[in-house]
Amino acid sequence: MSAESTSNKPRIGVYICHCGTNISHTVDVEKVREWAETMLGAEGVVIARDYKFMCSSLGQELIEKDIKELGLERVVVAACSPHLHEMTFRGASKRAGLNPYLTELASIREQVSWVHTDKAVATEKAKAVVAGAVERVVRNEPLQEIRVPIHPDTLVVGGGIAGIQAALEIANAGFKVYLVEREPSIGGHMAQFDKTFPTLDCAACILTPRMFEAGNHPNIELLTWSEVTHVAGYVGNFTVTIKKKPRYVNTDLCTGCGICVEKCPKKVVDDVYEAGLGYRKVVYTPFAQAVPKYPVIDAPNCTYFQKGTCKACEKFCPTNAIDFTQKEEYVTLQVGNIILATGYDLFDARRVSNYGYGRLANVFTSIEFERMSNAAGPTAGNIVLRDGKTQPKTVGIIHCVGSRDKNYNNYCSSICCMQSLKFAHLVRERTGATVYEFYIDMRTPMKAYDEFYQRVLEEGTLFVRGKVAQVTNAARNEREEGKLIIQVEDTLAGKQRRIPVDMVILSIGMKPRRDSKEISHLFGVGCSSDGWFIEKHPKLDPVSTMTEGVMIAGCATGPKDIPASVAQGAAAAARVLNKIMQKEVVLEPIKASIDQEKCSGCRICNGLCPFNAILFHENRMVSEVNPALCQGCGTCVAACPAGAISGSGFSNEQILAQIDGLLMDLNLAAA
Amino acid sequence: MSKPKFAMYWSGSCGGCEIAVLNIHEKILDVDAHFEVAFWPVAVDAKAKDVEALPDGDILLTLWNGSIRNEENEHMAHLLRRKSQLLVAFGSCATEGCIPALANLSPLREIFETAYHTISTDNPQSIHPQPRTAVPEGELTIPALKDRVYTLAQVVDVDYYMPGCPPESHQIAAVIDLVIQVLEGKAQLPPKGSVIGTGNSTVCDECPRQRNVKTIKAFHRIQEIAPPDPQLCLLEQGIPCNGPATRSGCDARCPRAGAQCIGCYGPAEGVLDYGARLMTAFASVIDATEPQEIERILDGIPDPVGQFYRFNLADSLLKAGAPAFKSNHR
Amino acid sequence: MSASFEPVIIGFTCNWCSYRAADLAGTARIKYAPNVRLIRLMCSGRLDPTFVMKALADGADGVLITGCHPGECHYIEQNYKALRRYLLLRRVLKGMGIAPERVKLVWASAAEGMKLAQEINTFVEEIRALGPLGWNKKLAGREHPVDMPLEEVAV
Repeated sequence: MSAESTSNKPRIGVYICHCGTNISHTVDVEKVREWAETMLGAEGVVIARDYKFMCSSLGQELIEKDIKELGLERVVVAACSPHLHEMTFRGASKRAGLNPYLTELASIREQVSWVHTDKAVATEKAKAVVAGAVERVVRNEPLQEIRVPIHPDTLVVGGGIAGIQAALEIANAGFKVYLVEREPSIGGHMAQFDKTFPTLDCAACILTPRMFEAGNHPNIELLTWSEVTHVAGYVGNFTVTIKKKPRYVNTDLCTGCGICVEKCPKKVVDDVYEAGLGYRKVVYTPFAQAVPKYPVIDAPNCTYFQKGTCKACEKFCPTNAIDFTQKEEYVTLQVGNIILATGYDLFDARRVSNYGYGRLANVFTSIEFERMSNAAGPTAGNIVLRDGKTQPKTVGIIHCVGSRDKNYNNYCSSICCMQSLKFAHLVRERTGATVYEFYIDMRTPMKAYDEFYQRVLEEGTLFVRGKVAQVTNAARNEREEGKLIIQVEDTLAGKQRRIPVDMVILSIGMKPRRDSKEISHLFGVGCSSDGWFIEKHPKLDPVSTMTEGVMIAGCATGPKDIPASVAQGAAAAARVLNKIMQKEVVLEPIKASIDQEKCSGCRICNGLCPFNAILFHENRMVSEVNPALCQGCGTCVAACPAGAISGSGFSNEQILAQIDGLLMDLNLAAA
Repeated sequence: MSKPKFAMYWSGSCGGCEIAVLNIHEKILDVDAHFEVAFWPVAVDAKAKDVEALPDGDILLTLWNGSIRNEENEHMAHLLRRKSQLLVAFGSCATEGCIPALANLSPLREIFETAYHTISTDNPQSIHPQPRTAVPEGELTIPALKDRVYTLAQVVDVDYYMPGCPPESHQIAAVIDLVIQVLEGKAQLPPKGSVIGTGNSTVCDECPRQRNVKTIKAFHRIQEIAPPDPQLCLLEQGIPCNGPATRSGCDARCPRAGAQCIGCYGPAEGVLDYGARLMTAFASVIDATEPQEIERILDGIPDPVGQFYRFNLADSLLKAGAPAFKSNHR
Repeated sequence: MSASFEPVIIGFTCNWCSYRAADLAGTARIKYAPNVRLIRLMCSGRLDPTFVMKALADGADGVLITGCHPGECHYIEQNYKALRRYLLLRRVLKGMGIAPERVKLVWASAAEGMKLAQEINTFVEEIRALGPLGWNKKLAGREHPVDMPLEEVAV
């Protein structure tokens, strides 16, 4: 069955996987095998086999045996995507003593059998894909993995519950963590909430201990009121620059007594923590349990900064901690890994103008309701209309505001059903009002969620299935007078309804941080067109990114509830700890290098590398690639006018040969 | 002992290469001292039949200058290949097609139309040349043009390549010295297929102009900049200089003189397509990310094929083409 | 050309976005035209115009270049280099008389399996409408290669 190689080309083995029937259902595997053995003999193929599951241990042993017994110098496995099993088959080759980089995977499942239907056509395409891989593998060169040490410190960006969890996991394992938060306190959105679904735990009661632990942990250095401005380096060896915004409070002297806050004569609307419902002082801590306890001075609103007088805070501070001369400060950190837990922003309800938010006083957003129902909030937990005193008798809660809507965000925000049910429960509990829920679909999939839905149903909340058309104050009859009227098609009853209510709560969705694109650039992670960060694999690697050493957790990758965010924070930490414990990381040897003889020093490539991996030697007038910084994109390889830059793993020779192989059928026919 | 034989032939080209050989001055006496000139139509009276009469491999060294434009060129290429031990593609036409190969941008009938039937041609009898023409004295034959211009290596096996339009005289002299040293047993020939009489890098390597990280906001024709900065890299001034992609060996003659390199020494070692190297290099350093702005900057290169393939078209991957317009000078 | 013309297209994909989009199309069993044969690069910035020229010269009827959306490049900004090269390459192809529409640049993120499949189908139909390029056959057959119709341009 084996044909002797007729050329001086390396001896190649071709292995074609049936993948059960995933491939063989659409591709005539036996035909491809036979063709590879006969037609590709001149290209160096000495053996071609097919097997039910190449990735099984028996399949791998088949390859290992052939490498040893037939002296194979190259291996092509025609199976699934290299993103799934490249490592598997490289491993098999390595065990048999063949350099792993002399093995190529040809994707005939994802790119052929799963996406085409005509068996004859799919078989021909599979041949072309195999020919491409064979031609390419001939030009593969043995490569050596690159090992770099891992710095044991970690940067966590974002001090919400996901970031706090991640920081605590790593710190408790005994490693240093820098936790960066751009607001004055850690805590994130969770710190704004009143109760958490479905258990109705008080958010502050469960969050505060974690915040305190993070704030006082010997291995965690909090950098609040700070932002990352620059990231350089690569996995194991990042250099991060952080801007510490001036607090105008000397944290070495401040005891967090709060006298400055008390004495500050100026109040401003608190758009952040209180969602615009309440006020805060100009020198403030966002909330009572803030960590760290030190206040900040809001300089753009401070009378002293604007007019040069006041200084009440300074006068009354018992420890002389107020320091108006503080400037922003930049610190540089060395870390081995980074976790991005930058969270989300809320959808701007004003965009759905037919729901009247911002125009109709008693239309509230979900975050406003959270603050209103919080005992520490602006209404001390009283659920009242915008006038601050009247309790509503009827409340309408509208789901999916800005979510599942092509005009705004196409995706489901995942938490809105449950938060709406929670609101219904709280309204009924605190006011006894009649509550309507307007939903498209009820989504309660997690543990104890549907039971909570049953409970709210039993409590007497009324559910109307339909997307609300509008909220208006234009009454058509006496019953509607002075009310907000919710116009909706009740799709279960099959009719249009107008339901007058006193208060409307818009369950607004989550959206990516407004600066998520900039953040993704800064850290070199992928970001969807929506703005959510992209996981390395949505199922199997949800907290890693395409950039080694940068993990993601929580709502930065998409809407999530608290348990999922916490789980992701812990998972990202586990990933980081795994890397730290290995002490070094193996990098793919896909790197550019410059032939110093051929380089003319034209400097075309010098500005092309976003990782600053290309150095220019003025004395010798040649450019050189620093392999530690090179990420292997190959842009400089493709740009070099002298052809002096080569890229290992994706060389010109490999790619051009692959083109030859992919088009082999055309040129055989032409010849 | 008789001297080894030397030949030089001129096919589809301008003749500048022959001048460049004569431009080596006294060195030409070394050629005479070491070689017997068997065939060199420009310098010596000899006929093709004299070459045919030689035993195969009788000529040690043939410098072939010119592209393969017609059947006679091809016939002579095969003949001299057979008779020569070492066949050198000499000059840009033989190595990569050079200016004659720009004709590959027009189908043959277009070329004849332009040459014989447009307003600039005085051709009252509307003569259209044919390979065979009957005249009272008998039948005249002229060599038919091939479908396109070929390089020497595209029709016969070539031992060495010596690019340049023309090759620099100091490089010719160096190559002649090398061959003489080989004859005297003092040196070895480079591996077959080598490019000889050049540097290992590109023109920038020999260019004295100051270079920085490149960002191009606009391309200009050189006459639009008056005068270009004499110290600074021309490409950085927006002048599309082909130096970065062009093989060194000329000592950066044009950029030193204040003119951009136009690429006559062809691609660097190992490069498959010269024009592709240049276009990727130029495009990479354009300072724009918006398609409209990029297009605006690219408008500064009005004739991209001429810019990138002036010398290399016959040896490029696509080899020929036909722009979507035809000359219409009638 | 006859209605049975099946274009052969070489597609260049970025390891981080469009190659994964192709994986996703596979996983989701989204069907698309079998005329495209893909090559994985690490980044669209790796795309050398040589590859496109090579594919066209070797008989491909079209070349599809895919990369991450602008601003979403895994390597920060290298897809812009691909964009610039692509725009210049189209001009060169036009100058050689090859319909620039035979080369197309498409952005597709890792999540856009459906989009990639649709773009492939669209491109296959566009190339089918243009007809075969057959550069390799024309050159080998000593036929002057012509793609775009020669238009009369008054000078």
